[in-house]
Amino acid sequence: MSIKIALAGNPNSGKTTLFNDLTGSSQHVGNWPGVTVEKKEGRLKGHNDVIIQDLPGIYSLSPYTLEEVVSRQYLVNEKPDAIIDIVDGTNIERNLYLTTQLLELGIPTVIAVNMIDVVRKSGDVINIRKLGEALGCEVVETSALKGTGSREAAERAIALAKKPVMANISVPSVFNGSVEHAIAHIEESIEGKVDARYLRWYAIKLFERDEKVIEELKLDIVLMEHLEEHIVACEKELDDDAESIITNQRYAYIAKLVQTAVKKKHTGQKLSLSDRIDRVVTNRILALPIFALVMFCVYYISISTVGAIVTDWTNDTLFGEMIVGNLNGWFESVNVAPWLSGLIVNGIIAGVGAVIGFVPQMLILFLMLSILEDVGYMARVAFIMDRIFRRFGLSGKSFIPMLISSGCGVPGVMACRTIENERDRRMTIMTTTFIPCGAKMPIIAMFAGALFGGSGLVATSAYFIGVASVIISGVILKKTRAFAGEAAPFVMELPAYHVPSAKNVFHSTWERGWSFIRRAGTIILASSVILWFLQGFGFVDGAFQMVEDNNNSILAAIGNVIAPIFTPVGFGNWKATVATFTGLIAKENVVGTFGVLYGLSEVAEDGAEIWSNLAADYTPLTAYSFMLFNLLCAPCFAAIGAIKREMNNAKWTWAAIGYLCGYAYVIAFIVYQLGKLFAGGGFGVGTVFAIAAVISLVYLLLRKNRYGEYGEYLPERKVTANA
Amino acid sequence: MKTLRNVKIGETATVLKLHGTGAVKRRIMDMGVTKGADIYVRKVAPLGDPVEVTVRGYELSIRKSDADMIEVS
Repeated sequence: MSIKIALAGNPNSGKTTLFNDLTGSSQHVGNWPGVTVEKKEGRLKGHNDVIIQDLPGIYSLSPYTLEEVVSRQYLVNEKPDAIIDIVDGTNIERNLYLTTQLLELGIPTVIAVNMIDVVRKSGDVINIRKLGEALGCEVVETSALKGTGSREAAERAIALAKKPVMANISVPSVFNGSVEHAIAHIEESIEGKVDARYLRWYAIKLFERDEKVIEELKLDIVLMEHLEEHIVACEKELDDDAESIITNQRYAYIAKLVQTAVKKKHTGQKLSLSDRIDRVVTNRILALPIFALVMFCVYYISISTVGAIVTDWTNDTLFGEMIVGNLNGWFESVNVAPWLSGLIVNGIIAGVGAVIGFVPQMLILFLMLSILEDVGYMARVAFIMDRIFRRFGLSGKSFIPMLISSGCGVPGVMACRTIENERDRRMTIMTTTFIPCGAKMPIIAMFAGALFGGSGLVATSAYFIGVASVIISGVILKKTRAFAGEAAPFVMELPAYHVPSAKNVFHSTWERGWSFIRRAGTIILASSVILWFLQGFGFVDGAFQMVEDNNNSILAAIGNVIAPIFTPVGFGNWKATVATFTGLIAKENVVGTFGVLYGLSEVAEDGAEIWSNLAADYTPLTAYSFMLFNLLCAPCFAAIGAIKREMNNAKWTWAAIGYLCGYAYVIAFIVYQLGKLFAGGGFGVGTVFAIAAVISLVYLLLRKNRYGEYGEYLPERKVTANA
Repeated sequence: MKTLRNVKIGETATVLKLHGTGAVKRRIMDMGVTKGADIYVRKVAPLGDPVEVTVRGYELSIRKSDADMIEVS
C-alpha cells in the first residue's frame, strides 16, 4: 500500500530543491485537473511505495488564489498520510503562518527548517526542540542546497504516516479568548458533518466565512445564522472582521513563539548581502541599464556566439556532412529507391534537422534564464517593470514571459506559470507569442533582403508591432467579460539572492529542452513527412506519380483551394499559403519552403538565393503584409503545444490560437488595404472594410470598461473610466 | 489618516489597521502586514512604483495604491 506524503511550503523556501533531492529523476510533471497550475509528483528515492506530492508554493490556505485552492483540495480530499512542511529558517515568521494552518488539518506533519546553513552563518539560533514542543510536531533541520537533512525529514514523515490515525493530534492553541470559544462552538455544531480529522480546520474556515468551505458544506440556513451570531459577536468585541481577527491572532501567536524559540543575532535594520546587491540592481538610475546589459549578455551568449557555433556545427557538420553525406552514400551503394531516400533525406532529416539544429541555442538560452531565475533576479525584473504593465491591467510578472519569448516562445509560454492570477496568466499566454522569436528572424531577414534593400527598419518595425500588439491585446481583452476584473494585487516577495543550485538549474533547463525536443520529434516529424509527400506527388495527366514541377503537386492543389482566403491580405497565391502553413511546423520553415517551392533545395538562413524570385512575385506592400501575418499568427507547433499544456483547457487553447490568427489577419488586412490606398490603388470594397476595421479597433481600445472590480457587468450610470 | 503610502523612504511605521476587503486585503495580511507589525520602507522602484518594504524580516514589494490600504501610526 503506497504512502502519500505532501510537500508544502512558501515559494522560495527551497521546496523545489528538496523535492528534486528526494525524488531525483522519477518525477512526473503535469497540471492539476482543469487549471493552469503545475502538478509535480515523484517517488521517494529508495522507496518503491512512497509518493511525494509537491504542492504549489503557497503563503496561506485562503480561498482566493488557484494555488491555494488546489492545495487545500488536495490536502482535504486526497488525505495524504503525512505532510513535510518546509519552513525557510531565514524568514521564519511568515513561513510559520502557513504552518499553523497546515497543523489544523490534523495530518501528521514534519517541519523541515530549511536553509539552516544560512541561519547558522548569520548567527541566529533556532531552538528546534522548543519549536517542536510548542507546535506539537517533529522538527528537522535541513539544508536542501547542501543536501543535508532531507532524508531524515522524509524518514520521519514515513514513520508518522505508518502510525495509526489518531483522531486527536494535538494542535497548538493559536487563538485565544472569545475567538477560541467561538471556534469550539462551531466545532460542536458541525461535528459529524465533516471528517473528524478536519473538524478544527473546517470550524476555523467557517469562522472566517470562507466562501469555498461554505459552498462545500452546504449547511442549513438555521445553523449558518446561528454560527453567524457568534462570529458577529466576536467581530464587535475585537472591532475587526473575522478573517482579519484570525490572521492577526496567528501572527501574534507566531511572534510570541519566535521570541522564545529563536534568538536573533542582529536586531534592527541589518543590511544583508542581498540588500547591498539590490542597492545597485534596483537602484533608481542603474536598474534599467543593468537590466538591458544582463539581457544583452544572455542573448549574446546563447544566440549569437556559443549558441550559433553549436547550431552551425549541428546543421552543417553533424547533419550536413556526417548524417546526410553518409546516408546518401549508403543509399546509393544499397540502391535504395529514390522516393525512399528522398523521403528520408529531404523530408524527415531536412524537416526535423532544421528544428533540432536550434536545440543547442535553446538549451543555452534556457540555461541562462534558469540561472537568472534561481539567483532571484527575475523577481527584481518584475518589480522594476510593474508600473508599465499595470496600465494594461497586467503586472510586472507578465514581462518575463515576453522577454523570454523574444528568444523562443516555448519557454516564454512556460514562464507564465509564475503569474498567480489566472486571468493574467491566460492573457499573457495568449499574447506572449506576438513578440518575434528567434525563428521568425529568418523570415524578417529574407523579406528585408529581397524587397527592402536589407533595411534594418524592417526588423525594428516587426518588434515594435509585436510589443504594440501585446499592449493593444491587453487593453482590448481586459474589457471583455472573460478577462475583466480588478488588476490582481501585486504583493510580491523579493527573495534573498542566492548562489544558483546547479541541480535545480540543470533540472529546469532539461525539462524545458526536453519538452521542445519531444515536440520536434513527434509533430514536426509527422508534418515534415506529410509535407514532403504532398509537394512531391501529384496528378499529371490523370496519373498519380512523383512530380518534378511542384505546381502540379497535391500540395499546390490544396494550396490553390485555400489561397483565396489570403487575397484580401495581399498574398492569395498557393506558394505563400503553403509557406504560411509550413510555418506552423517551425517558423524557419517559411524560408525553407520558399526555397523548395522556388526550386532551390538549399537556401541560406536569410534565403538570399531566392531574393530575385521573391521580388518578382511580391511588392514591398504584399511582402510586408505576408511577413506581418506570419509574425503575428499562431506560433509553431512546439509553442502551440506549450500553450495547450499551460492552458490545460481545450477551449482556451483554441481561443488563443483563434485570437492570434484573427488578430494577425485583421492587422495584415488593414496594412494591405490601406497601403494599397496610399499607394494610389484606388478606393474599393476592401478599403471600406479596412477603415471599418480600424474604427472598430480604436473603439475596442477606447471604450469604457463596463466591468467592475469583481468582473461584474455594470449598468450605464455606474461605469467609471478605467484604463 | 496616515497610510503606508505616506511613509518616506528610510522610515519605519507600525500598522494600525487594514482597510479594504477581499483578496487584496487577505493577501497583504497573509504576507505578514498585520496590526502591530513594523514596516520599514526601503526604496521605490525606478519607474516610481511599486515600493519595497521590509516586514517581519523579509523584503516585500507592494503597489502604492495597495499600500494606501494600510493605516499606520
